[in-house]
Amino acid sequence: MEKTVNQKAWFLVLPVLLLVAFSAVIPLMTVVNYSVQDTFGNNQFFWAGLEWFEEMLRSERMWDALGRQLMFSGIILAIEIPLGIFVALNMPKSGFWSSFCLVLMSLPLLIPWNVVGTIWQIFGRVDIGLLGYTLDALGINYNYTQDILAAWVTIIVMDVWHWTSLVALLAFAGLKSIPDAYYQAAKIDQASRWKVFRFIELPKMMGVLMIAILLRFMDSFMIYTEPFVVTGGGPGNATTLLSIDLVKMALGQFDLGPAAAFSIMYFLVILLISWVFYTVMTNLEKREG
Amino acid sequence: MADMTVNQFSSRGLSLPKINSSLVVMTLYLLFLLLPIYWLLNMSLKTNTEILNEFTLFPRDLTFANYATILTDPAWYMGYVNSLIYVTLNTVISLAVALPAAYAFSRYHFMGDKHLFFWLLTNRMAPPAVFALPFFQLYSSVGLFDTHIAVALAHCLFNVPLAVWILEGFMRGVPKEIDETAYIDGYSFGAFFVKIFTPLIASGIGVAAFFCFMFSWVELLLSRTLTTVDAKPIAAIMTRTQGASGIDWGVLAAAGILTIVPGALVIYFVRNYIAKGFALGRV
Repeated sequence: MEKTVNQKAWFLVLPVLLLVAFSAVIPLMTVVNYSVQDTFGNNQFFWAGLEWFEEMLRSERMWDALGRQLMFSGIILAIEIPLGIFVALNMPKSGFWSSFCLVLMSLPLLIPWNVVGTIWQIFGRVDIGLLGYTLDALGINYNYTQDILAAWVTIIVMDVWHWTSLVALLAFAGLKSIPDAYYQAAKIDQASRWKVFRFIELPKMMGVLMIAILLRFMDSFMIYTEPFVVTGGGPGNATTLLSIDLVKMALGQFDLGPAAAFSIMYFLVILLISWVFYTVMTNLEKREG
Repeated sequence: MADMTVNQFSSRGLSLPKINSSLVVMTLYLLFLLLPIYWLLNMSLKTNTEILNEFTLFPRDLTFANYATILTDPAWYMGYVNSLIYVTLNTVISLAVALPAAYAFSRYHFMGDKHLFFWLLTNRMAPPAVFALPFFQLYSSVGLFDTHIAVALAHCLFNVPLAVWILEGFMRGVPKEIDETAYIDGYSFGAFFVKIFTPLIASGIGVAAFFCFMFSWVELLLSRTLTTVDAKPIAAIMTRTQGASGIDWGVLAAAGILTIVPGALVIYFVRNYIAKGFALGRV
């Protein structure tokens, strides 16, 4: 659509600007403030420069958390994206069963995040949970509070359970936008199922898949509540992801300086990814229309 | 050539079983999704003795006592009321500010529009963990700590950008000629917006409201940090079940099931727009 230049449109945007400034800019400035100051308590602060940033960059704790975070996001992406596409390809295209699947698949997306954690905490317990009990009965030693591997498997399966439907829903929306003529042409050319997928469905889904990948990456990068409820970051620090570590530091130990420096670097990483997200998305939109 | 004959064979031979394989895949996937929820439901209908002493796939001794506990104790059900109050407040605030902004973004070019639009998006991507402590201090200092409005405003951090993006996506689908015709017919901006434009994007408003509602409802970190007693959300109250005598599993499960209900009730109405909402209006 052709847009006209109109500077008065700023007045329409003003409420949003003020509200977001109040709920984002002011808090963020507090963080910046803490990150360059040190305190002896009693609300007396003095300038510390970049000391906290240097300390955080040298701290093994942060790098370990970042490593675990990248591993977590990598694994869930590698599972959820292909699985989501696969599910979308198998969904009924229209009619009652299509709605039926859509509604049931959306269900996990609407559960409060700590309830998601609670569900899996219970489900995985050897004494009262279906999953834990079954695995135990099969003779598999499964204990997510003690065993590092079991803890990781649990939080990954939980995330797959929670969010694969999102990828599937987006991929399904992409698939539905493909006109029938494409499939008829493929049929005339006697294209194989794989070739239909590779040359028709996948390119047409690219736009929504890009959104799915980046949304999942971003949200998994900020994940806090679900793994915290299930494992509390343990055993040891084995599942302490970035957000869990940050909350521990800021609200648990009240190490304001380091926590603030940590926050800023954390936010910058996400900002960088958001920028890539935005650029890729707008370029795709331009190419399409 | 050999390739092609194989394909012909496979497409003919597999045409019937293909439907079945889809059915199998979908059944397995839905089973995987529903089993953990079923297990929670199952537990919520059992007595604690049955939960702890017997392993049963369905409740032998069906009881609604766990639900009764929650629905009769104000300390419990006020959690739902608190959650619903701040979620509703948040949805109303988000939509009220997002509607005009989304209109501006969808219709006009103005100085800094692209940067502003992107900056809004970055707030959707801001980790709540980063904001937990500053929010706590900000709302304490202005005397809003432990109020519903504090949580509602805090959730605006990610819901306002979301609403702007979703609404902008829907508004772009409305041809601009409609605006121009209305102005020629003598409508003022306000009258046009309320009487003509809003009905045209009613589904978009519904979807944006649904998503604001949903993301405010599922979030816990900020709502827990900003409340202690008066505005404590149900999700945080659930930790109450850990008493001296161990965890009250039945009540915990019942509380969990009750938090799923609101989402499950409205999801049917937005089923066809869920993908669009998650894609921030970009499908």
